[in-house]
Amino acid sequence: MGPLQIAERIKEMFPDDVLGYTGFCGQVTVSVKKDNIVSICRYLHDDAEMGFDYPASLCGVDYQGREPRFEVVYNLYSITHRHRIVLKAGVPESDPAIDTVTGIWTGVNWHERETFDMYGIKFNGHPDMRRILMPEDWEGHPLRKDYPVTGPAREWHGYEEVRDRKRKYAEFEWKPLK
Amino acid sequence: METAEVDFKPLETKTITVSMGPQHPATHGVLRLVLELDGETVVKCTPHVGYLHRGIEKLSENRTYLQIIPLTDRLDYISSMSNNIGYCVAVEKLLGIEAPPRAKFIRTIAGEMSRISSHLLWLATHALDIGAMTVFLYAFREREVLLDLFERLCGARLTVSYPRIGGVRNDIPDQEWLDVLKKFTDEFPDRMKEYETLIDQNRIWLKRTKGIGVIGVEEAINWGLSGATLRGSGTDYDIRKYMPYDAYDQVDFEVPVGRECDVYDRYRCRMIELLQANRIIRQCIDKLPEGPILADERKFVLPAKDEVLGDMEHLIHHFVLVAKGPKTPVGELYVSTEVPKGELGFYIVSDGTGKPYRMHVRAPSFVHAGVLGRLSVGHMVADVIANIGTIDIVLGECDR
Repeated sequence: MGPLQIAERIKEMFPDDVLGYTGFCGQVTVSVKKDNIVSICRYLHDDAEMGFDYPASLCGVDYQGREPRFEVVYNLYSITHRHRIVLKAGVPESDPAIDTVTGIWTGVNWHERETFDMYGIKFNGHPDMRRILMPEDWEGHPLRKDYPVTGPAREWHGYEEVRDRKRKYAEFEWKPLK
Repeated sequence: METAEVDFKPLETKTITVSMGPQHPATHGVLRLVLELDGETVVKCTPHVGYLHRGIEKLSENRTYLQIIPLTDRLDYISSMSNNIGYCVAVEKLLGIEAPPRAKFIRTIAGEMSRISSHLLWLATHALDIGAMTVFLYAFREREVLLDLFERLCGARLTVSYPRIGGVRNDIPDQEWLDVLKKFTDEFPDRMKEYETLIDQNRIWLKRTKGIGVIGVEEAINWGLSGATLRGSGTDYDIRKYMPYDAYDQVDFEVPVGRECDVYDRYRCRMIELLQANRIIRQCIDKLPEGPILADERKFVLPAKDEVLGDMEHLIHHFVLVAKGPKTPVGELYVSTEVPKGELGFYIVSDGTGKPYRMHVRAPSFVHAGVLGRLSVGHMVADVIANIGTIDIVLGECDR
């Protein structure tokens, strides 16, 4: 099935949820509302003609100054039918949460954790919603556009702990023999 | 004689928690696993990643498209050439340009050389972890030849930054370079036989790898595994065949597929992949066309230095490309390529400026590290090491 046909089919199945679709470089991106994302994904995965069995990637995008501010992007591929579709669901800044799709594709587990870590978007029903790349007590979400590239003004306290430990164990460090 | 009264409590078993890593020689970098053990059986395995996080995605939002190439070197530093190619292919698709045939063939040669060198490193360390020391020494002998060739090609052995958007930086240095590579491809199948005599039928190797880390084909696809880690489970998903890029549609090669879904089958898949990569290089050398190595697209490709110094127009192009970056169409796309570890995807959101608005790197090692917990449960502690080897992860790419 061509990507436009797939987009049309999704629109037929979920007329209230699909906000529109755009094509670029032969790929079609379907914008959907976030409320029904699980049933849309369930349909894409289970339907025999769709058969999107492979979760290629999942990530967030921050459109600062636009409403809704965040977007969660689902890159789906079907190894059986060899076709691809991109789903986008807008997530507002006031309530940064969306339902998890880990029940459909196990592999998105870590991608969702990464999106939470980097953007602060919570995935309702996720089995293990923790930070993944940044330390657990890190403040802020680094990939947000208002987060400075040089890092936060205040240093993470973990660095001081590491330096303390270095000073504490300095006497045990190897020294060359005289 | 009186017997002492002894209070026999029912015997209790309890699990112990062991932290493995981040500084552990067998975890291939800074991977930390928290293992919950019942005796020596793993009940639960939780991988912790992020020790090597450098914020490459954040950095690339503040760099022009041309400046990101050296950043992609640092993703999977074992096969930096493949990462560069993956990034360049993605940006070329975004800009709507195409590399000339000669550049495509050179990139295919370089990408497959990188695949061989990465798989050799995998074979060496995987065997070393499981207890076969000798393979390490042999595999590094061949890897050295390839790294020397990389050095002559672009001056760097590890972080190459050789491909460019729209082609490659420089042409192959001379005929001698091709002859050395040709000699390597002639000898390589015999070298492969040497590795195989060492471990293929080795009883210890078979005991350590057969029936370990089994994951069925549907589950593997559902997990999003890719590369040889997926193909060992019995599907032929290879991006070089499914969505050909560069010169892969002009060469003949086979995609090996496993049956038993275990560590041994994934090992066999990678071994056959090595031979296939060798075949691809050989065909590319024979078919290598003449012609330019950079696309003739002044708006996107840096002009040659002598042109910049002698011509006003080229000087302006050079200045704009370096200072502002190329002007890009507005849109977003996901382009994936087959790197040695699996599917490397770049999701680029472009807002029309010379810098990507958002660049997400779908790293195969990130997905593969996630499946480690699933593979290890129910096996012995020693098998965790075999599983880390078989999913072939590089933490630089996993943490980004």
